[in-house]
Amino acid sequence: MSLESTTVQDKLVETFGESVFQFNQEKDVFSFEVAADKITAVVLFLKNDPTLRFHFLTDICGVHYPDNAVERQFAVVYHMHNWYENKRIKIKAFINGETPEIKSLTTIFPGANWMERETYDFYGIIFTGHPQLKRILNMDEMVSHPMRKEFPMEDGGRTDKDDRFFGRTAFNG
Amino acid sequence: MSDSNIKMVAPPEGVSGEGFFATTLNDVVGLARANSLWPLPFATSCCGIEFMATMASHYDLARFGSERVSFSPRQADMLLVMGTISKKMGPILRQVYEQMAEPRWVIAVGACASSGGVFDTYSVLQGIDKVIPVDVYVPGCPPRPEQIVDGVMRLQELVKSESVRRRSSPEYQELLASYNIK
Repeated sequence: MSLESTTVQDKLVETFGESVFQFNQEKDVFSFEVAADKITAVVLFLKNDPTLRFHFLTDICGVHYPDNAVERQFAVVYHMHNWYENKRIKIKAFINGETPEIKSLTTIFPGANWMERETYDFYGIIFTGHPQLKRILNMDEMVSHPMRKEFPMEDGGRTDKDDRFFGRTAFNG
Repeated sequence: MSDSNIKMVAPPEGVSGEGFFATTLNDVVGLARANSLWPLPFATSCCGIEFMATMASHYDLARFGSERVSFSPRQADMLLVMGTISKKMGPILRQVYEQMAEPRWVIAVGACASSGGVFDTYSVLQGIDKVIPVDVYVPGCPPRPEQIVDGVMRLQELVKSESVRRRSSPEYQELLASYNIK
């Protein structure tokens, strides 16, 4: 009755072959990787297949891996949910660190609009085909993408910080 | 009259005689302004909750002449900024300040409004004095209503001693110009 992870895996491999890989069970969420150029096809398939029926896109977010090889420095993570079977899956798509671009899901799930804008805002990942890819949470004047690892933790505009009170100097004199 | 419990503000220093009382215009205007400060609460987080307690019956800010909370900047004298102000909200706060008529005063209530507080991060304004001039800072995270009342009373002292000419003085114009406020 319930939808098994193996069924999901078999159907995906049967349809997409080499483009889907790294299937594994992470805690209670079945996860896998997808080649970035196949993401729209895979999501559309997961949504429309009569047995899979992953018709709900829970979340889109980004991850920055600055230590990875250049072509795997950013990941876009998609969470999908099948409400009929209460089955969740997680999809990761790795993209290039210098030109982070991936196709937009807005034509498949209109709800992806704001999630992709948020991911663009914080990681600078370009979602091609997005109808209005601009910042959503941070102020428009901002030029950087603050969730990237190279972004400094503390605000440089802070003037009241005395390093002596934070244990950052050799002498507390 | 004698058995009434109402406390009156003492008159300013002056010369009194039969049928007249003479004092300076500064003192009279200062006294009137200090005891009718209309607050404009700009509450964004927990400090705003403390301000609600301050306005309520137990602490009763109305005792100090702040009975009428103005939710329009046009009629307000005292802007109370309570809570974290994100950088995105900075221009809005500034616009609210610009909409207030002179004379206007600002109290930064709590650590966030005063310095950014624990939010030492890319999205938070590190103190509202980066965008508007501030008269009184109230520390605390959040401050207790007693501290907010104390802040208001300190502002009253400033207002009482402020010259009626201060707002047209070159120093004040320079202050506003340093914030790029017309």
